[in-house]
Amino acid sequence: MTIALPGKEIADKLAGKFPGTIIDSNPGWFTVKSESLIPVATFLKEAPEYDFKYLTYVTAVDYFDHFEVVYQLTSLECNHSVVLKTTCPRDNPVLPSVVGLWRTADYQEREIYDLMGIRFEGHPNMRRIVLWEGFPGHPLRKDFNGT
Amino acid sequence: MEVGSVRQRVYSDKELDQAEGAAIEALKAGSQQPIPDPDQWLEEELKRNILLTTVDAMINWARRNSLWPVVCFPACCAFEFITTAASRFDISRFGMEIIRASPRQADLMITAGTLTWKMAPNVRRIYDQMPEPKWVIAMGACGISGGIFASASYAVVPGYNRIVPVDVYVPGCPPRPEALLYGIRQLQKKIAKESLAKRKA
Repeated sequence: MTIALPGKEIADKLAGKFPGTIIDSNPGWFTVKSESLIPVATFLKEAPEYDFKYLTYVTAVDYFDHFEVVYQLTSLECNHSVVLKTTCPRDNPVLPSVVGLWRTADYQEREIYDLMGIRFEGHPNMRRIVLWEGFPGHPLRKDFNGT
Repeated sequence: MEVGSVRQRVYSDKELDQAEGAAIEALKAGSQQPIPDPDQWLEEELKRNILLTTVDAMINWARRNSLWPVVCFPACCAFEFITTAASRFDISRFGMEIIRASPRQADLMITAGTLTWKMAPNVRRIYDQMPEPKWVIAMGACGISGGIFASASYAVVPGYNRIVPVDVYVPGCPPRPEALLYGIRQLQKKIAKESLAKRKA
């Protein structure tokens, strides 16, 4: 079974390398600032002791005052995984895309854009994936009222 | 005792020949005229195998007993439809065993499943490609009203009758094969009442 690495330990190690980027950390996950998402993700993918070459999923959560995007990273070589999170404000929901690191993120970031309305900068094809062009709003937002 | 001597005592050979001759003469005497055709009371048209009916009754009979459904299975009701078509329930008892993959060869659309707005133009296109006359059975709660998605979903069509004209509604989630067969029988009864003079809208 894949070992879930403690997020707090990784966050403590990252704090020295990327000072000031860790917003929150606990045994289950850690949260980084959106500006440093790409450097942290690149490091986690490339560093041999982590080797997170596989992105299990990307998803997003609406917390009313901000959005949170969740990445589960897995290393198939080391057989361990970790949950990385980042946040973005509701009034300007823009995050850097990780498609350059993991191609898995392509459709999933499009789905997040479609249903939650978070735009991913650097994504090669930032269009709706499920709903049609011109659909009013983003239906997985908590304030969406489609009826 | 000899057999010949006994017969000799009752009828002679000549007497037997005379009795046979008398029977032949009697039949011949009574058969001088030909026996008339027992179906003589029928009219000339019927003797030539002509059945009198209305064009409507004839065409409706043909149409309702050869309904060919088109493949339109967007969701889970399709499994009940497949069961209906399989040997246990056997839709072919009603002349419908040929389920067409091409809408151009079909005249019945059984809408087996939830329809989303994104899929709706394709279903409408399938319907438009079917030749007249054509009928629609809305199968299941989603087909009738959107079902469990009716009240809140932004993505589901609230009933196929927003997209295509529906003839028969079969409720259930999903309907049992018996229910679908009952719906088909109801549609056949409906077709039986149609008239060529009044075209479907």
